[in-house]
This record gives sequence, structure tokens and C-alpha cells, in this order.
Amino acid sequence: MTTMTTTTTLELSPSPGSWVAVCEEARLIPGRGVAALLPDGRQAAVFRDRSGRTYAIDNRDPFTGAQVLSRGLVGSAGGRAFVASPLLKQRFDLETGRCLDDDEVAVAVYPVRSI
Amino acid sequence: MTTPTIVLVGHGMVGQRFLEALADRGVTGRARIVVLCEEPRPAYDRVQLTSYFSGRTPDDLSMVEAGFMEKHGIELYVGDPAETIDREARTVTARSGRVLAYDTLVLATGSYPFVPPVPGKDARGCFVYRTIEDLLAIEEYARTATTGAVVGGGLLGLEAAGALKGLGLDTHVVEFAPRLMPVQVDEGGGAALLRTIEKMGLTVHTGTGTQEVVTADGAVSGMKLSDGSELATDMVVFSAGVRPRDQLARDCGLDVGERGGIAVDELCRTSDPAVFAIGECALASDGRVYGLVAPGYEMAQTAAAAIAGEGAGDGFTGADMSTKLKLLGVDVASFGDAHGTAGDCLDVVYSDSRSGVYKKLVVSADGVLLGGVLVGDAEQYGLLRPLTGTVPPVSPEQLVLPAGAGAPVALGPSALPDDAVICSCHNVTKHAIGQCESLAEVKKCTKAGTGCGSCVKVIEKLLPAPTDEGLCGCFSYTRSELYEIARTLRLTSFAALLDSHGREEARGGEGCEVCKPTVGSILASLNNGYILDGEQASLQDTNDHFLANMQRNGSYSVVPRIPGGEITPDKLIVIGEVARDFGLYTKITGGQRIDLFGARVDQLPSIWTRLVDAGFESGHAYGKALRTVKSCVGQTWCRYGVQDSVRMAIRLELRYRGLRAPHKLKSAVSGCARECAEAQSKDFGIIATANGWNLYVGGNGGATPRHADLLAQDLSDAELVRLIDRFLMFYIRTADRLERTSTWLERLEGGLDHLRDVVVHDSLGLCDELEALMAAHVAGYRDEWAETLDDPERLRRFVSFVNAPGAPDPSVRFVPERDQIKPDLTILTIGTLEGATSR
Ligand code: SRM
Ligand SMILES: Cc1cc2nc3c(=O)[nH]c(=O)nc-3n(C[C@H](O)[C@H](O)[C@H](O)COP(=O)(O)OP(=O)(O)OC[C@H]3O[C@@H](n4cnc5c(N)ncnc54)[C@H](O)[C@@H]3O)c2cc1C
Ligand code: SF4
Ligand code: FES
Repeated sequence: MTTMTTTTTLELSPSPGSWVAVCEEARLIPGRGVAALLPDGRQAAVFRDRSGRTYAIDNRDPFTGAQVLSRGLVGSAGGRAFVASPLLKQRFDLETGRCLDDDEVAVAVYPVRSI
Repeated sequence: MTTPTIVLVGHGMVGQRFLEALADRGVTGRARIVVLCEEPRPAYDRVQLTSYFSGRTPDDLSMVEAGFMEKHGIELYVGDPAETIDREARTVTARSGRVLAYDTLVLATGSYPFVPPVPGKDARGCFVYRTIEDLLAIEEYARTATTGAVVGGGLLGLEAAGALKGLGLDTHVVEFAPRLMPVQVDEGGGAALLRTIEKMGLTVHTGTGTQEVVTADGAVSGMKLSDGSELATDMVVFSAGVRPRDQLARDCGLDVGERGGIAVDELCRTSDPAVFAIGECALASDGRVYGLVAPGYEMAQTAAAAIAGEGAGDGFTGADMSTKLKLLGVDVASFGDAHGTAGDCLDVVYSDSRSGVYKKLVVSADGVLLGGVLVGDAEQYGLLRPLTGTVPPVSPEQLVLPAGAGAPVALGPSALPDDAVICSCHNVTKHAIGQCESLAEVKKCTKAGTGCGSCVKVIEKLLPAPTDEGLCGCFSYTRSELYEIARTLRLTSFAALLDSHGREEARGGEGCEVCKPTVGSILASLNNGYILDGEQASLQDTNDHFLANMQRNGSYSVVPRIPGGEITPDKLIVIGEVARDFGLYTKITGGQRIDLFGARVDQLPSIWTRLVDAGFESGHAYGKALRTVKSCVGQTWCRYGVQDSVRMAIRLELRYRGLRAPHKLKSAVSGCARECAEAQSKDFGIIATANGWNLYVGGNGGATPRHADLLAQDLSDAELVRLIDRFLMFYIRTADRLERTSTWLERLEGGLDHLRDVVVHDSLGLCDELEALMAAHVAGYRDEWAETLDDPERLRRFVSFVNAPGAPDPSVRFVPERDQIKPDLTILTIGTLEGATSR
């Protein structure tokens, strides 16, 4: 499918002031994520929700250590988007990184922008 | 002063309630209490009697909490009825010869079924329907019968008919009145009921009396009806009404009513103030004998209060005759003045003969709701009954129109006054329910909801955090309801379903990890398309998304399908080569195939390209779908085999491969009764017989193993396949999320018999549709992996990193073990990554 729209690229900021390109925004399936490799070897999980909003959190599932959060399912509760880990299903708020099923646990969040 | 003695005659539902009421008032500590119980077992739930046929045991039906008698020091004599009462001496003599002196005597002897005095009524094969012993006898006799007739088309008659039908008999109902359930429903309601019941395959004869039971060799062989016709039948169940058991009272000279019943006053005292009568044997002060349990319970409370010396308020002055039943799966309810006897009232009627729904409300000239009848859809019963006697907050038309047909009815239980009685079985008000937090608490503290159960829906709505059976926080519907919605409205998108049928607060949102895959599976079952395109891609669990099973370190496993467990050496070699070339861990699974572990997501396409080229396809090890059909070697090789089990296993595996279901499906085919393929532990298992195949369903291994039940015997190949088609589609249609066939079958109302009715005898008329759905599945099947490999767009998602497509994921690493590999878990636990720490 080719349409004549200009493509937007999604970027995330792994550390203040620096931005890394992730992919064309259109590549993100609403409700699913992708993983991005960061320059220092970390991994980010990047998502888009139904309304088109994008989010980035760390890809590492703190409960299992596996780099898999990007492959979880996106959901919403009380109007806020979350991702459920594909391994043991703990949910993480996509805006704050806080685990909804365990107050003690959180993952990093990264700012995102479209250009 | 010596302790007074209270003797209770009759330990039925009301008798037990009376004992509980005495205990609640502390009377058990102050008096000696003795109970004479005629039946061989203590009180049980007679209202739920019929549930015995759907698997409830006599023990499940017991109404006496373990230890109750001991705790309260009550003496109970089972199987020992009272035979005479000497009111002068104040003694009761039991059949055993036991003589009990009483200070207070309470009669709770219930009713006996009325058997019309027709010739032949005592023949072998004639039954009544009142006690557990009756059911056991009916069940036993039905084993050798093919046809059964029920005399009486009232409430109990229809229950008995449902039971006979459930026992597999060709069932007739003979009713003298011109319509079914003449006491509860009016003509229109009776007509709706008739249509629905006939659709279920019962034959109804209304306006016909029974003249004679025809016998041969002392056993029932038929019935002569008043219209001159004769009906061939192997057994007859009389259910032509009940009569109060007042003989004891008559014999000792207590007042009884002209048409029976022990006459009592408002405090339930008989003409002798030392003797009380409660329940179905009593003729209440309003001149009526109540054949329902709720009024009996009220009498039990009244008598207990009077005996305890408490002010009993107004006592028992009459009760509501409202009933709600689920007969043969049809909702029927009547409440208040259902027949509009109170002159100057008007009826509001809604009737839809296609769906068998009939609703009538009786309203007074000034708008007061007086009563009503609901047939086919009694959803509103719980709300309407408490509104009886008030002017409802919305117009009567709105109350009977189906949702969606009129203006939306904004009438919830909040509209009810505080003193509205929500549970009529236990006389519990809205106020009392409001004191509780959960349904469990309501049941425990008030007993509401523990009788007929019809009030539970309303109770749930009154509770602060409504307990509902909804799928998840996004949908208040169950999986099977969502299946029906998607099917009938032909919805093909999750978003459309969520926005139209989701909970208010979830509409427009994302859904969640529970409903997305569930709906994804429903859409796949119904539409049978490739599951990873468009919106569907976002619904699948990661395993379905990558068509592989994720392992603990984020790598995936690969399971090619090996139908029936049969594989050529060449294909085995290909699997070996692929495993070797990609360095995968290899294991023979418990499902007669081979699992290759340790593939990175970006390796999956290359691995599958090799496998697909060699003729393999997806084994759906990742999906809630058909897994394997195991087989034994069968007739071809085995000296015992009587059929070709491998051929059949392959045929079935190929037929049902890719079928999306509420949970995974497993099967096996054994070549003879030695059962080397373990078919009886499968969702559907097949065992060869000399004449064909036996089909077993609902088996399970796993944490709660269950042996499969025999559904049908000696089937031909074609019959077998057709029956499995129906079985699987019926399961897919009605099961809950993640409910294996075993748990589904356990839960299914009517159990195996009902299942057999539906899929073998087509009692719901569904089979054509079920077969058509399966035919569409079979015709539409395509290998998901081949389709994925064919499409570069689809392949693009198989990368470890979207911004570095060639780069492997460094966190997926392995270490050696026993000449193969295993995940390197050390790198998962040691924080490789600062910055990713908690915040
Ligand atoms: C590979 C295998 C074990 C093996 O090494 O032999 C296996 C492996 C898994 N089983 Fe199994 N089961 C395997 C045969 C069985 C069997 C035996 C059989 O099928 O004859 C059973 C008992 C029979 C049954 O299901 O009734 C079995 C009962 C379960 C259960 C419990 C199901 C239940 O109803 O209680 C689960 C959990 C679930 O599905 O919810 C499960 C789940 C799993 C999962 C999917 C766990 C998970 O979510 O990761 C494992 C994934 C394997 C993978 O990643 O590839 N597995 N599992 C077997 C694959 C068979 C195949 O070829 O497809
Ligand atoms: C199949 C069926 C379905 C029903 N469904 C409903 C329903 O949906 N809703 C509803 O409200 N009601 C229903 N009923 C009616 C309900 O069961 C009765 O109203 C209730 O059981 C009455 O309680 P009871 O204690 O008065 O009588 P019973 O429960 O009949 O108890 C009386 C007991 O006294 C015993 N007894 C009799 N004589 C003696 C003696 N001389 N000595 C010692 N013991 C004696 C009897 O054996 C019996 O065990 C149903 C009844 C049946 C049979
Ligand atoms: S089930 Fe019967 S036919 Fe099959 S292998 Fe075992 S003994 Fe042989
Ligand atoms: S109305 Fe029967 S249990 Fe509440």
C-alpha cells in the first residue's frame, strides 16, 4: 500500500538531551509493541495505543530478567494504558513504568516524540 | 422445674428451618428437642430435587449443616415416623414403638402427591415425584424403558417431564387443564410455554384426562386418555397436585379444613394450643394451604417465636405465591395477582411467539403494579416482584418491552424502597442486603439467595462491588455470550465489540490482556482467517503473535505438526538437520512429536522455511487450538488391533488442525480396548471396537485429571467425524475462557445427558449449524507458517530490534548441558543494565 503521506519517525530519549530513532510510526501496530536497541546496549519497549499515543519503557521484565516486555499485550484500566508481561503477566503502567501488581517494582520510562 | 420437651414430627425443609429458628432463639439450650423423621435421611432440599439428575448427590442436597444436631443437642430419629398422637396424655408414638412425651408438639408433615384413582395406578412402572427415594426408583426403572408419561402439566409435572427427558425417554405430558401450568400462568403464557416445550421434543397433551393405566403382566404398558386415544408408555409419573398430610391430626381430633390441611391461627397453633402445624400440612389463617417453601419458612419462624415466648408480630397471615422456575431451561415466573382477579385492572402484554417470550403485567386503574406472568424471559422478575403493590417509577410498557425495543429502561434495584423484600424464600429486605459487602456474605448472614436462587441477580446489583461473571474489567459478558454477540452481529473487530458491548468505562480503551486474546480466539473460530493481520495481530498473546512458544529467556520453541505421531525417516532427518544447523535443543514431547527449543525470534522464519519446504506445517503448540491426535499402531501392526487407529488419528488431526477454541484441544485414537494411546484422558478420545469406534469426551490430564465419558458407541467413520464436529463446535460456542472440555462438561447444566441430547439427538436443532461452522473451518484452513513466509510484510515483525533488524538479541544466550543447550539464566538475573533499575 502506498499513500502520499509524509512518514513520521518515532524517536525516544535514552538519556536527557539525546534522541534515538526507533522506526516509522506507521510500523507500530496499535496495541502491540516493538523492541529497540539503545546505543549503550539497553533495550526499550515501544508501544502505540488505539488513540495513536506512543510510549517507551524498558524492555526488561524485572520479574524474570528476560527482555520481553515489548512482546506483551497492551491494555487499559481506568483510562491508563499498560502492558502485561508475556511471561508471568504482571502489568506495567506505560506512562510511569510502575507495576500495577506489585507496588515495589517499576521499570524505566523513556520520553518519546514523533518527527 | 423440669426442662420442657418439644417434639417435631416431620423433618422436611420447613421442619429443619423450624429447628434452626429455635436454635437462633436459644430455645435449644432450654428445652429437650426430639425429631421424628419418616424418610431414611435428614432434611434435604426438595426444591432442588431435580438437580439430582444433573449430578448433585443426595449429600449435596442435604439442608443440615454438619454437626448441627449434636451442637444443639437435638435428638433425631430417621426412618421412624409418628403413628399416633395422644393429646390427653401428651404423647406421640412412633412406628418403632418409641413413646415421646411432649409439652409442645409441632407437626411439619408436608404433603403427599395426589394420585388420581384411575385403574392400574398401582402397577409396576407407576411413580410419584417427591422424595429422593422416588427419584432413585424412577432412575432405576427408566434404564429399561424407552417412553415415559407424566400425568400433570403443572410446575412439578414439567419438572418430572424434564427429568424423564434427561433420562433419555421419549416423554409425554398429559394435562387435564387446557394449558400448561394452569395455576401460575395465564392462557398466553401457557401457549408460549407449550411452543417452547414442544420444540424441545416433548409431546404435550392438554385438555386431556387420564382414564386408565393399561398394564401387561402387572407392569405399565400404556395409558387410556379421556379423548379415547391410547398412549403407549413404559412408565407413568403422577404429578397431579399435592395434598396436605393431615391424617395424624385428623386421627387425634384436631380441626382440619374441609379440603384438607391442619387448621392453624396466625401463630400457627392448631385447635389444641399445645400443638402447632407449619409448612405444607397447615391450613393458614387466611384459609389457604401453601405449596411453596417460602411461606413454610415464615410459618417456621412464627411458630419458633411463639414457642420461645417472643411477641411474634402479626404472625403468619398469608404469603405471596410468587414463583420463578427454570423448567427444562425455560424461565417461567409469576408473581402477585397474576390472573388479574381484582376487578378494574388492566393487562399490559408483550408477546413474541418466535422466541417464545410472553410477558404480562397486571396494573390497577391508578397504576399500582398488582402482579404478572413472565415466560421465556424472566430477567425482570427480581425487580418486578418487590415493586408489586407500588406504582413503578416507569410506565408498565417499558417494563415488559425487551431491552432495545422501547425507550431504555433506567430501572435498577436502586429504584426499590428499603423495605422491599428482595429474597422471598428467606424474607430478606433490600435494607438487610445493603449491610453486606459480598454475595457470599449475604448468603451467610441473611440466607438470601440460598433458596431458589432467583433473587441472586438483583442481590448482586445491590452489592457495592458487584460480583459479576463478566470476562474481565472490560466486558460484563462471559466468553460464550461474547461468542454469540460476535456471531449474530457478525462483528469482526475487537474495537467494534469493545465500543459497542464493553463496560461503559472500558469503551474506547485498549481492552486488556484477558479479553484481547479471548476475543481474538472467538474471531478466529468464527471467521477462520489468518490470525495475524490487521487488528487481529494486536489481540494475540505473544505465542500466537510469533506462532511459537516463548520460553523463560525470551527465546522460542518450534513444534512442527506430526499428525498421529507418524513420521517418515526423511522427515525425521530434516528435523534433525534443522535442529543441528540452528543449534536447537531437541526433545520428544508427551504429545508424540518433537519440540525444538532455543530459537531467537529473528531465526523463526529461516527455521520454518526449511521445515515448510520439507512438508511440515505449524503444530499450533502455541495456540488455544488443536494440539495432537495421538495414536497407537493399531490394526496394521498390532496383533490385538481391530481398526486402523493411525489412519483415523491422522484424519482427525488434519481435519481439526488450526481450530481455535476456548482452550487447547487434545485427542487420541486407540486401536483396541487396551487403550495404548490413552484416549480416555483426552478432550475427545476414540477407541476402536469390532464394529467401529467409541467416542469419549471431556477427558483431561494436567492438574485435575478426569476420565472421559462415553458419548456414543460403535460409530462408523462418517458418524464419528460428524459427532466430533458437533461436539467441538458446541464446546467452542458455550465454554468459558480457558475452560477445557472437562471443566466445561462438569459445569454444563444437565451434564453428559444434555450434551448427548444436543449433539446426538439434536434437541436444540443446532446440529446443522454446528456442522456448517466446522465445514467452513475445514475448507478455510491454511497453514499459518506457510502464509507468513509468503508475505514479506508479515515477516517484517520477526526481528529482535525494530531499529537494528539484523542484530541478534544479546540477552538470549545458552550454555551447554548433556550435549545440547539450555538457557543461560545467569545473564537474566545479574543486572546487565543500569538505568533500567526501579524508580
Ligand atoms: C512440550 C510438552 C512437554 C514435553 O516436553 O513433553 C508440554 C509443554 C508445555 N505444556 Fe503441556 N506439554 C506437553 C504435553 C502435555 C500433556 C500430555 C499430552 O498432551 O498427552 C499434558 C496432559 C494432558 C492434558 O492436557 O490434558 C499437558 C498438560 C499441560 C497443562 C495442563 C492442562 C490442564 O488442563 O490442566 C498446561 C497448562 C495450560 O495449558 O494451561 C500445559 C502447558 C504447557 C506449556 C505450554 C506451558 C507454557 O505455557 O509455557 C509448555 C510449553 C512447551 C513449549 O514451549 O513448547 N501443559 N501437557 C508437551 C507438548 C505436547 C505436544 O506435542 O504438543
Ligand atoms: C420436585 C419439586 C420441586 C419443587 N419446587 C419448588 C419451588 O421451585 N419453589 C417452591 O417454593 N417450592 C417448591 N416445591 C415445594 C417444596 O418442596 C415444599 O413446599 C416444601 O418442601 C415444604 O416443606 P415441608 O417441610 O412443609 O414439607 P416436606 O419438605 O415435604 O417435609 C415433610 C416431611 O415430613 C415427613 N413426614 C410426613 N409424615 C410424617 C410422620 N407421620 N412422621 C414423621 N415424618 C413425617 C415427610 O416424609 C417429609 O420428609 C417443590 C417440590 C417438589 C417435590
Ligand atoms: S491399543 Fe490395542 S491395538 Fe493399539 S497398540 Fe495397544 S493393544 Fe495394540
Ligand atoms: S428468592 Fe429464592 S433464594 Fe431468594
